[in-house]
Amino acid sequence: MIPFDFEYYRPQSITNAADIFQTLEESGKNPVFYAGGTEIISMARMSSITTGAVIDVKEIPELKAMEFNGDDLVIGAGVTLTQIHEANLFPLLAQACARVADHTIQNKITLGGNLCGTIIYREAVLPLLLTNAYLVIASVKNARRVPINEVFSKRMQLNRGELLVQVHIPRNYVSCPYVHVKRTKEDKIHYPLLTVCALLTDNQVRAAFSGLVNFPFRSVEMEEALNDINLTLEQRVEQALNKLPAAVPDNLEGSAGYRTFILKHLLTSIVNELETGNVTNS
Amino acid sequence: MLQILNESLIELHINGEIRKALARPSDTLLFFLRERLGLTGAKPGCENGDCGACTVLVDGWPVKSCLMLAAEAIGHEVTTIEGLDKVPIQQAFVDKFAFQCGYCTPGFIMNCQGLINIHPDASDEVIHEWLQSNICRCTSYQEIMEAIRSVLPSQ
Repeated sequence: MIPFDFEYYRPQSITNAADIFQTLEESGKNPVFYAGGTEIISMARMSSITTGAVIDVKEIPELKAMEFNGDDLVIGAGVTLTQIHEANLFPLLAQACARVADHTIQNKITLGGNLCGTIIYREAVLPLLLTNAYLVIASVKNARRVPINEVFSKRMQLNRGELLVQVHIPRNYVSCPYVHVKRTKEDKIHYPLLTVCALLTDNQVRAAFSGLVNFPFRSVEMEEALNDINLTLEQRVEQALNKLPAAVPDNLEGSAGYRTFILKHLLTSIVNELETGNVTNS
Repeated sequence: MLQILNESLIELHINGEIRKALARPSDTLLFFLRERLGLTGAKPGCENGDCGACTVLVDGWPVKSCLMLAAEAIGHEVTTIEGLDKVPIQQAFVDKFAFQCGYCTPGFIMNCQGLINIHPDASDEVIHEWLQSNICRCTSYQEIMEAIRSVLPSQ
């Protein structure tokens, strides 16, 4: 049971959502955009967050889109992880979505919620980082389409009142050879000890990571090392490990040494699989 | 625009009927079903989306009702364990002894019923994927697998 009251709004358009956010903000209600709501409800139950109003945006048509449009695969921020997995229009993203939380919760978590939530793993962002996806973001002032690396740095960098509307993924990436690997400490349903998404494009390996450090990331420096054909595979992986963007944490989920050990072996097998065309996802 | 500003009479489609009751906008669907409508089949367990004891179907899909607001269910079809009328998976749970204390059983049955409706051709891998959303502290997992296998046409 949520131990405080808030107001509930279900706008039918982006304009309507942006307007009501501004009105509620000005009246001191501290509103939040609400899609799947799993994180908001569980945090509200513990009084970890408070709000005077939730704005349920997941039934706005643009947020429910999922289709190829021109050169892009367009996925609305209100599309659930299950819908993305079942449609399988972008297999790497579908696979990443199918390993967030458990299946029933995937019926509720939305793509936008996974990207904008406070839980640090945000595994659905990894395929988007690899494909140079664009995000459509709306506010009461305007709507803008921006490259993901301009608004995702460790987490989504949205201003108050900005609403993530859609993700646009360049079509040419959706059928690239890929590998998705998620390793957990114990059960299959758990936060990641380490999740790696990788794909091969123009004979170059791209890789993005979650669980390794305290934020999901893609590192161009690590990719340059992994793709340095003047070195042996073992040397390439060692070079990549030296270019991690932050210290690997020691915590209950796993020691830094253990995580690095797993990463080293995963990178070796992933690069080998992609370069030899012998891909086995797990 | 639908808006609910305080405790109000809301109308939900539940088990094929229109049910009206007072709800706060911050009431979870689980709370609304149990405390406002007396539909106590959905069980409060962790109330954090981990255990699956509160699973119901929303538009045919399993949803943990502790992680959904009652207000969100307006305009959608909710099915609780009370809405199942002697469907095969219920008898299969009896036949295969797929429960011990029974607390998790309604949630498991609703998840199984969703799977049967949506993926009647489910493989063992898909069954495992779906059933990992629910926890049985009595560890009846093998019997539950046997129960759902016995009613899936593909098995």
